[in-house]
Amino acid sequence: MSEAVWEPVIGLEIHVQLNTATKMFCACENHFGAEPNTLTCPLCLGHPGVLPVINQGAVEKAIEIGLALNCAIAERSVFHRKNYFYPDSPKAYQISQYDEPICLEGHLDVDGSRIGITRAHLEEDAAKLVHSGGEAGRIGGAEYTLVDFNRCGTPLVEIVTEPDLRSPEQAIAFLALLKNTLQTIGVSDVDMEKGSLRCDANVSVRPAGSGEFGTKTELKNMNSFKFLGDGMAAEIRRQIDLLERGLQVVQETLHYDPGTKALRSLRSKEEAHDYRYFPEPDLVPLAPSPALIERLRDGLPELPAARIERFASQHGLPAAYATDLNAEPRLADYFEAVAASSDAKSAADWVLNTRPAPVDNVPAATLAALIDLIAGGTITNSIAKQVYEMLVADPAADPAELVERHGLASIGDSGELEAMVDEVIAENPAFVEQFQSGKDGVINALVGQVMKRTQGRADARQVQELLRSKL
Amino acid sequence: MTPDTLGLTAEGCMALLDAGDVSCVELVEAYLARIEQQDGDLNCYLRTRADAAREEAARFDREGRSGLQGVPIALKDILCVRGEETTAGSRILEGHRPLYDAGVVTRARAAGLIPLGKTNMDEFAMGSSTEHSAFGTTHNPWDARMVPGGSSGGSAAAVAAGLAPLALGTDTGGSIRQPAALCGVVGMKPTYGAVSRHGLIAFGSSLDQIGPFALTVRDAALALQVIAGRDHCDSTSVELPEPIAVPEGDDLSGVTIGVPADLLAQGVEPGVREAFDRSLEHAQHLGARVREITLPTAVHALPAYYLIAPAEASANLARFDGVRYGLRLEEPGDTIVEMYGRTRSSGFGAEVKRRIMLGTYVLSAGYYDAYYGTAQRVRTLIRREFDQAFTDVDLIATPASPTVAFPIGERIDDPWAMYACDLLTVPVNLAGLPGISLPCGLSEGLPVGLQLIGSAFSENRILAAAHALEGAIGFDPVPAAMRSAG
Repeated sequence: MSEAVWEPVIGLEIHVQLNTATKMFCACENHFGAEPNTLTCPLCLGHPGVLPVINQGAVEKAIEIGLALNCAIAERSVFHRKNYFYPDSPKAYQISQYDEPICLEGHLDVDGSRIGITRAHLEEDAAKLVHSGGEAGRIGGAEYTLVDFNRCGTPLVEIVTEPDLRSPEQAIAFLALLKNTLQTIGVSDVDMEKGSLRCDANVSVRPAGSGEFGTKTELKNMNSFKFLGDGMAAEIRRQIDLLERGLQVVQETLHYDPGTKALRSLRSKEEAHDYRYFPEPDLVPLAPSPALIERLRDGLPELPAARIERFASQHGLPAAYATDLNAEPRLADYFEAVAASSDAKSAADWVLNTRPAPVDNVPAATLAALIDLIAGGTITNSIAKQVYEMLVADPAADPAELVERHGLASIGDSGELEAMVDEVIAENPAFVEQFQSGKDGVINALVGQVMKRTQGRADARQVQELLRSKL
Repeated sequence: MTPDTLGLTAEGCMALLDAGDVSCVELVEAYLARIEQQDGDLNCYLRTRADAAREEAARFDREGRSGLQGVPIALKDILCVRGEETTAGSRILEGHRPLYDAGVVTRARAAGLIPLGKTNMDEFAMGSSTEHSAFGTTHNPWDARMVPGGSSGGSAAAVAAGLAPLALGTDTGGSIRQPAALCGVVGMKPTYGAVSRHGLIAFGSSLDQIGPFALTVRDAALALQVIAGRDHCDSTSVELPEPIAVPEGDDLSGVTIGVPADLLAQGVEPGVREAFDRSLEHAQHLGARVREITLPTAVHALPAYYLIAPAEASANLARFDGVRYGLRLEEPGDTIVEMYGRTRSSGFGAEVKRRIMLGTYVLSAGYYDAYYGTAQRVRTLIRREFDQAFTDVDLIATPASPTVAFPIGERIDDPWAMYACDLLTVPVNLAGLPGISLPCGLSEGLPVGLQLIGSAFSENRILAAAHALEGAIGFDPVPAAMRSAG
């Protein structure tokens, strides 16, 4: 296998459930987790005679998504009927946008690469099918299937990227930034486990440097970033293997089973549906006013891509730190609150590397105070970790007060440390002799003894310097 | 007192009720009695709601009434009534009880109209004779051997036969105006968007409109006043630019009426043409100017219509699968696909299947643009052609139907002959315009309908002209056959 000579090409289709109060075309409540089939009405059950009415809140959220992804907002966009028979679709058609979507031609910059957004359009979610009996959750071997219409009619935005992604890692990084962006503008719960963020990946490979695309396959609906990444990697390996053996990639839709790590074909191109799209006659075209679009644009908060750049420039953080801090909005908010009154680099270290995570445990001002105690030389790093543990147990406590009460202040410049060094030299004549006869490494044993005696309240390097000067 | 309902108008009902000559219950009983007596032969109603109607009438008698309150109305069985069986003339919806009232039903109730029952129709409004009903055909009150027209044949025949003073129907390609013509009553299709389609079981969603049947133009205006206007449940409905007025007066001076020669050359039978020409003379006597116009694209309306309407129908009717409501077979099959297939094979009639197949075909990949796309372009041209025509004339007149009522069974096996019934009405639906059919005479003892077409939302202009002509024509809407039958 030679991935070096093959270049993966990935495009994503992301479905985002909008967190509107009501469904896309009826007044039913829109939320996850209610008793099955309690959030329904004649409209979302597809009864005869009902007519859809567009949820204005969903339109505004779709426009916000478009603006956040640097898209053009269409002056006019149209809903179509996508026809298919399946139990999750009570009308036997989905109302979706087709050749005139609400958002067009945007982009999102990920780690310096510009990823094109082809389009983002509004549609309605289908009902949820629950396959029961047999192999848990799988349609194959199920004894029966239950339909929960609560999800039917949930507003969805489908975001389609250009085939601009070149590795599973980059695709996941893109998704993470997209997820954060959607969270930041507050349009969705973006919870993959609950299905409010779902992703399909179109995957192909081609000889590195080639300008043409290979035959693509579609990986369906993975419910975590990890499984999606694993699935894409497995599919890329499979395609490279096929091509290297002189075989063809067949256009098909695949499911990746994270348990068995196997790819299974769901349907081939020949079995592809003819959805017989045509304009939905029950709805009039969407024509959002420029004033509305401007109002929504003005209302957008600072977006993660801009924030990542600002973290790097304003706080002088490495790019990777700036990105990691923007994994989710609350993490970035927390970091900014800590960094407001402490050293940014230390704040980033603490926020990203400390477990349990500070963002869930310690008020930002408290962490900032703790970091200041280190920077001012009041406590050492290892003592700071002890104090942090105490703060996790008692988040209302004051770090300086804890240091005072437990006698944890550094003893570097005091006579106390010098006295301890003298004691250790006096109590370890053998080590002293070995050191003086040229065994330099023995100094570490002596440092260890002193450090033990200080219970971490001293800096090991300072202790070593002190020992050397005395010996 | 028991009033004679034959020939009794809604305004006549109101006069009787206002004068205290009859009570609401007596009025409802009189209609129910006549239905009992006549409808076994005519089959206008699929179902009456006698007890509910009596109760509603009794409430008005107890609590007092005014205006249209207490006047009965018949509803085409394609309009949903909460808790009461609504089938759209199809086996596949037999036993279906909607969970809600259609917008027009809500408005009719709010106005105090009392629904007597649900009227017969071609299955899913697909047909021009009511013979495609799954529940037997309706007979024409003028001659029981003849069809009443369709698809709203039950509503038209009920009004003609004195089984209701008012009725609601739906018109996708002529389904109000053509049966009104064949039964000698007034029928009006409003501008697309003037009346809410909420609760109308959809056939061709971009074409369907609900409208009234009545014995007089004034009655039709009264009913239209009740049902017209914006409904937030129908995104395509709008508030009318001016309220519907009940027409008065008999003057047509200053009105220019266009007669589309090319459309009429398509095969109007001589008796119909004579009655039509006589009504144009009446118009001229009333002061109207009559002039020839051309609508060259409207000639292609019928083929365009039979691509667009079935395409929309193929999607609208896809939801009838036997899963959630309506027909449930004893042996639906072992798989969901089998269940869909068996339910639909057994639940739909031949004409509905024909149109579903046609519509599915024209929307298919590779055919969409050639068929559906072309039809939509023709539709746009027809719309523009009408717009252009209405810069020169105020109204356009044609016969509503190229023929008078034809014998039951004559066209049932000849779809093209059946589709040709809509030749003169279909262009109006494609353009989304309002049109009325009013009786303008007899040919071979059967009624002929005059169609007046106006620009969008010109209902009041149409109603005023129709009312003036109605007076001049002096048509007696009571079928001779009914009068002798008592």
